[in-house]
Amino acid sequence: MAKADMIGASLWDAYSNKVTTLMNNPRYQGEIFEAEAESRGHKLIVADFGAESCGDAVRLYWEIDPNTDTIVDSRFKSFGCGTAIASSDVMTELCIGKKVEEAVKITNIDVEMALRDTPDVPAVPPQKMHCSVMAYDVIKKAAGLYMGVDADSFETEIIVCECARVSLGTLQEVIRLNDLKTVEEITDYTKAGGFCKSCIKPGGHEAMDYYLVDILADTRREMENEKMKAAADAQAQGNMKFEDMTLVQQIKAIDAIIDESVRQFLIMDGGDMEIVDIKKNEEHFDVYIRYLGACNGCASSSTGTLYAIESTLQEKLSGYIRVLPI
Amino acid sequence: MKIILKNEEVETMQVYLDNNATTMCDPKVVEAMQPYFSEQYGNPNSLHKFGSSIHPALMHAIDQTYTALNAADSDDIVFTSGATESNNWVLQSVWVDHILHGHKNHIITSEVEHPAILATCKFLEDQGVKVTYLPVNNEGTVEAHTVKSFITEKTALVTIMWASNETGMINPIKEIGEICKEKGVLFHTDAVQAIGKIPVDLQDVHVDFLSFSAHKFHGPKGIGGLYIKDSQPLTPLLHGGSQMGGRRSGTLNVPYIVGLGKAIELATTNIQATMASIRAKRDRLEDALLELSDVFVVGNRANRTPNTILISIKGVEGEGMLWDLNNGQIGASTGSACASEDLEANTVMLAIGADNELAHTGIRLSLSRFTTDTEIDYVISHFKNAVERLRNISSSFAKQAPTKGGEVQECELHHHH
Repeated sequence: MAKADMIGASLWDAYSNKVTTLMNNPRYQGEIFEAEAESRGHKLIVADFGAESCGDAVRLYWEIDPNTDTIVDSRFKSFGCGTAIASSDVMTELCIGKKVEEAVKITNIDVEMALRDTPDVPAVPPQKMHCSVMAYDVIKKAAGLYMGVDADSFETEIIVCECARVSLGTLQEVIRLNDLKTVEEITDYTKAGGFCKSCIKPGGHEAMDYYLVDILADTRREMENEKMKAAADAQAQGNMKFEDMTLVQQIKAIDAIIDESVRQFLIMDGGDMEIVDIKKNEEHFDVYIRYLGACNGCASSSTGTLYAIESTLQEKLSGYIRVLPI
Repeated sequence: MKIILKNEEVETMQVYLDNNATTMCDPKVVEAMQPYFSEQYGNPNSLHKFGSSIHPALMHAIDQTYTALNAADSDDIVFTSGATESNNWVLQSVWVDHILHGHKNHIITSEVEHPAILATCKFLEDQGVKVTYLPVNNEGTVEAHTVKSFITEKTALVTIMWASNETGMINPIKEIGEICKEKGVLFHTDAVQAIGKIPVDLQDVHVDFLSFSAHKFHGPKGIGGLYIKDSQPLTPLLHGGSQMGGRRSGTLNVPYIVGLGKAIELATTNIQATMASIRAKRDRLEDALLELSDVFVVGNRANRTPNTILISIKGVEGEGMLWDLNNGQIGASTGSACASEDLEANTVMLAIGADNELAHTGIRLSLSRFTTDTEIDYVISHFKNAVERLRNISSSFAKQAPTKGGEVQECELHHHH
């Protein structure tokens, strides 16, 4: 939220002129009938995607020359809003003249780009990006029907955000590389989840196979596990920096140093000490200790002894350690 | 970009048929408000003449409001910023008074309430309150016996809208009021869509609290009220300088209260005659639209606010229809998926059990006392042309069947509460 968001955008004002023009006068709206196509020696493919009950539906007609696999003519019918009709119109135009194997490479992003008035201004507001996704789906379906293969076989990777066409692999990689912690950060880095928002979490416009919240949680859990495993391995090899240790490792490391270099002197004087807590305080590690036996109340416990303990830990573990008796 | 109308002799005009969203402020109301900006601008709480001279105008507005609703002198009507504030006040303060500081834990409402009720209920659920969302019948109304069967000893409040903004359907408020009275449960109604459209007589029905907004009956935006029966206790929502007898703090919005008074008087005086005239226009429009094939209107006319039509048009998506109506300078409304930010289907249409198709094809037309017969003629003509154009594009009416394997299974609609 900020000044620009205070009253919300006017939806239709955010449409490009092309979207407006094509909604008012779609050029490729219409049907091709089987008999017509056959009379020209061509094959007709008709594919549906969506349904009235989903809120939008499109029917795509391809008249294909079987000798060259070229789409010689194409039409559409659409039940949908302005964006759906304009997207269908541009999709149909993009198909004409292409071979089926080329047409199947057209994505919803190509359709949206073709609807832009200028290359760097989106043709539709974010929540409307979803409406052009159907164009991509119906092309795959038509191509599958013509080639006799499953429409899903054209998809080589798992697409999580259909609006921005971001794959599962890309998302996992971006989360890892940039140490992303929130869905908002994922959207900033990849645009995934920035449009119709269905892929963010269950309960949106469409049910999805994958949701950003789950991918983020799973990836972060994997990262945590890997980090802990790496920490354990590094410690086992004895070359781990104190700052990278887990809390348990830090306590163990301090205990080991105390056992090795400090405790014997305290015991000689009839005392002892224990670690109470370690707190991260900005860049410092505050180690809280409690003196036991004769050390408790000893004059040097807050001066010489304390200094000796602190400087030993600083030297052997980290310069950022501070020791605080309680 | 303008669509050329087929019927060229119909001149372009602007027609506002979205009066359930907001209304034109009646010029007579604006005129009544005018002196209270730069001439009589005193604070009525001040002791000097600048303040005290405002009192007669405020008392007049209060009289107009009590008369319009037939409220008793022992009742309170507190001016608020509108029904959203009034609804929040009742729900949040009943929570404080009877749930946090009482032994109740339950609120009953319906699935088709305005977001000012539903979102507040959601907020209270997050605070641990149990909320029952009553279903509606296929006419879109809550049935009184359903309310009765859900009331328990733990129920603090029943809140049911008087009439629906989406469908115009009128709930049995008198019956529900009697049930609540008998069971000793507080009863609130959001009467935003009732006042000025149907008679509201607060000595005829038993309601503890009633919310309203002036801008729905040709008053200004940002002013409304909460009726509180018998001046019963209700912790304030807004704390401060103890204006309005300590019930609602904040300097009185004098010109807007004066405007509300004038507007509610105009909206309720001779309401039967005014509504008969609106009803006649509405029925004529509805009859003409029902001549189209494959359309249906939600709810029977007898139990509907006389200005409202919610019509579903097979094969024509709601936002697409609004677009074409807008090209013809006609303002209407839809709850369809595409038009709303969250892409949800019309929840009211889903709640009344309409087919999934219909949830995306609803268009709401809502008239006012300023709607003319000429405008209705224009809308009938333009509406039919728009349906013809969009059905010509629509896949729902395509003739060539899909290639074998190219069909679509029916969409499973995701309906979330």
